[in-house]
Amino acid sequence: MEVLKIATAGSVDDGKSTLIGRILYDTKSLTTDKLEAIEKTSKQKGYDYLDFSLATDGLVAEREQGITIDVAHIYFSTATKSYIIADTPGHVEYTRNMVTGASTSQAAIILIDARKGVIEQTNRHFFINNLLRVKDVIVAINKMDLVDFSEEKYNAIKADFEVLMGKRDYQDQNITFIPVSALKGDNVVNKSEKMPWYEGETLLEHLEGLDMAAVSNVGTPRFPVQYVIRPKTEEFHDFRGFAGKVYGGELNVGDEVVALPSQTKSKIKDIYFYDKKHQTASRRSSVTITLEDEINVSRGDMLVKVGDLPKIEKEFTATISWMDAQKLAAGNKYVIQHGVNKVLAKVTTIHHKINPDYSGVEEGVSALGMNDIAQVSFKLNKPIFYDAFKDHRTNGSFILIDTQSNNTVGAGFIN
Amino acid sequence: MKDTSYINPLENEAIYIFREVAAQFEKPVLLFSGGKDSITLVRLAQKAFWPAKIPFPLMHIDTGHNFPETIAFRDKLVKELGLELIVRNVQDSIDAGKVKEESGKYSSRNALQTTTLLDAIEEFKFDACIGGARRDEEKARAKERIFSVRDDFGQWDEKNQRPELFDMLNGQIELGQNVRVFPISNWTELDVWSYIEKEGIEIPSIYFAHKRKVFLRDGLIWSHSDYVFQEEDEEVLERMVRFRTVGDMSCTAAVFSEATDIESVVQEIRDSTISERGARIDDKRSEAAMEKRKQQGYF
Repeated sequence: MEVLKIATAGSVDDGKSTLIGRILYDTKSLTTDKLEAIEKTSKQKGYDYLDFSLATDGLVAEREQGITIDVAHIYFSTATKSYIIADTPGHVEYTRNMVTGASTSQAAIILIDARKGVIEQTNRHFFINNLLRVKDVIVAINKMDLVDFSEEKYNAIKADFEVLMGKRDYQDQNITFIPVSALKGDNVVNKSEKMPWYEGETLLEHLEGLDMAAVSNVGTPRFPVQYVIRPKTEEFHDFRGFAGKVYGGELNVGDEVVALPSQTKSKIKDIYFYDKKHQTASRRSSVTITLEDEINVSRGDMLVKVGDLPKIEKEFTATISWMDAQKLAAGNKYVIQHGVNKVLAKVTTIHHKINPDYSGVEEGVSALGMNDIAQVSFKLNKPIFYDAFKDHRTNGSFILIDTQSNNTVGAGFIN
Repeated sequence: MKDTSYINPLENEAIYIFREVAAQFEKPVLLFSGGKDSITLVRLAQKAFWPAKIPFPLMHIDTGHNFPETIAFRDKLVKELGLELIVRNVQDSIDAGKVKEESGKYSSRNALQTTTLLDAIEEFKFDACIGGARRDEEKARAKERIFSVRDDFGQWDEKNQRPELFDMLNGQIELGQNVRVFPISNWTELDVWSYIEKEGIEIPSIYFAHKRKVFLRDGLIWSHSDYVFQEEDEEVLERMVRFRTVGDMSCTAAVFSEATDIESVVQEIRDSTISERGARIDDKRSEAAMEKRKQQGYF
């Protein structure tokens, strides 16, 4: 079974929650008791329509203020795929949630209010999904019912957005425009009768048609070791299995591998998934690997194919998305968690801040505040084994952990 | 020939999470209720560490109002797999005067479990408690992290959660804090049932249709039992029912069903138009019932 993760981005009142509610309703994913709760609350509020946004807004504060505070996860499935929607709020101050939602997604929906067109927020939503290299982006131009389903209006917004596309860094991103009315249900799941001029797919048709292999991030195989399994039982006396998840590509029995950081070579002896042996460890499978030779490998080490080494460095530069109220400044120390590996890091230089609305960079910055995005260089106490983020989404990313609060305070994408 | 039959993204994700728990924490524990979700967790943990044994114990916070079938099942499973089981009783917390039994028509020991759980975490110095909660169950749970940090009081601070990016799980905590871990966060009810069917996992008999003495109240089917308060005018009926979700008898309602085997249960869930927690009496208390309980340390 295939699972597609989708991030959503839209400004306050763009109708994001309504769109998600509409998808759930039209795919018959809302159960009777949930529908009844929505009907009841809509009535109490005096609406003459169903307020689908109530299907997603979960916390008390969110319902009071009618906004989404935190990333919520919504699940539905069709005969072809299971879908997980990361519903992320669109306010300026919640950039960190958008980055978080996009980091696990293969597709993203950016909502635009047809009455307002491309606004500064739209630039940010696109910037973040492009920075995070989300493969498939759907630009849903919503509230078409409020602009008389006008083709001219749609084309004008599309043209404005295409100007943004010229500025993007990640050019291979697929971008699809769809005119919709989430409230009325046009072109969300069912084709609109009001917009005969639009001949493309509906939103759901587009998602259903996505080829999972094509939207997944493929690179070279990397196997970060999570845990060493040593049963020490009579039956498995000498068993030393390296447990982990395979990223980027696949590994096969007999492959010549190098263990990092020791650079010791060996061959893959067996690949286990539970108690069964397999010839191949596919991408993103959680397997246990045994090697032909007894070499020293522990958590945080990495197995890679011979002749296919990542960079092994103690210094690097990355694009940082800062997520904490406490500022990041040159000289500060953090723990860097790169996959399952942890090292100590010191900020050496903040090169410049990048305005996430495509308005350029800001030089001479001494500290980063919440939601800032910047180019930053680090020095590490031990080398890490990484690839550039553009070549390997998993092995090119890391999180920053505050040594005092232990909180996750930032994310990085290595140059 | 390439073998990809074992590729189930949700299963692989859960195994990854289990291994992160074993590597990042010193004293993890698996919270085991005897329900289908925690039984699924045990199978996933077996897969994560094979051929080694599951490297942490199970713990059951026993309300004393469980379905007897669940307890019998729990003991059998633990014995068969050679696992360590810790049981802590809500009755002991009541006897010690730490919590007060609720009274009246809707009384339940469900919320009282929190105190017993927090005491047990302190007693054993557990730093990670693995649970079978899923995000599709309920609105507040939809916002829960996979590694969810709780303070000394076991409280959930929903507005100040750690962001979780890519696959990276940050389990760094201070002494006294603990992390609740949810390996099947991204599974739906149907995913769990399909997995139970595919893997041939044994589950307690109350999940299958059986004849039971019940009574009707507020559109829900309640079990007739010593533990459940019943009005005199609430008539006892004998009906074919099964349970979709299993908490204790005072907070779990049944559904009418003829599904006596796993295939028909899966089909019934597929066709169902009522959500799983629709049969949870504890969630019906208010719109924000779960959110409030989680802030107080409920799992």
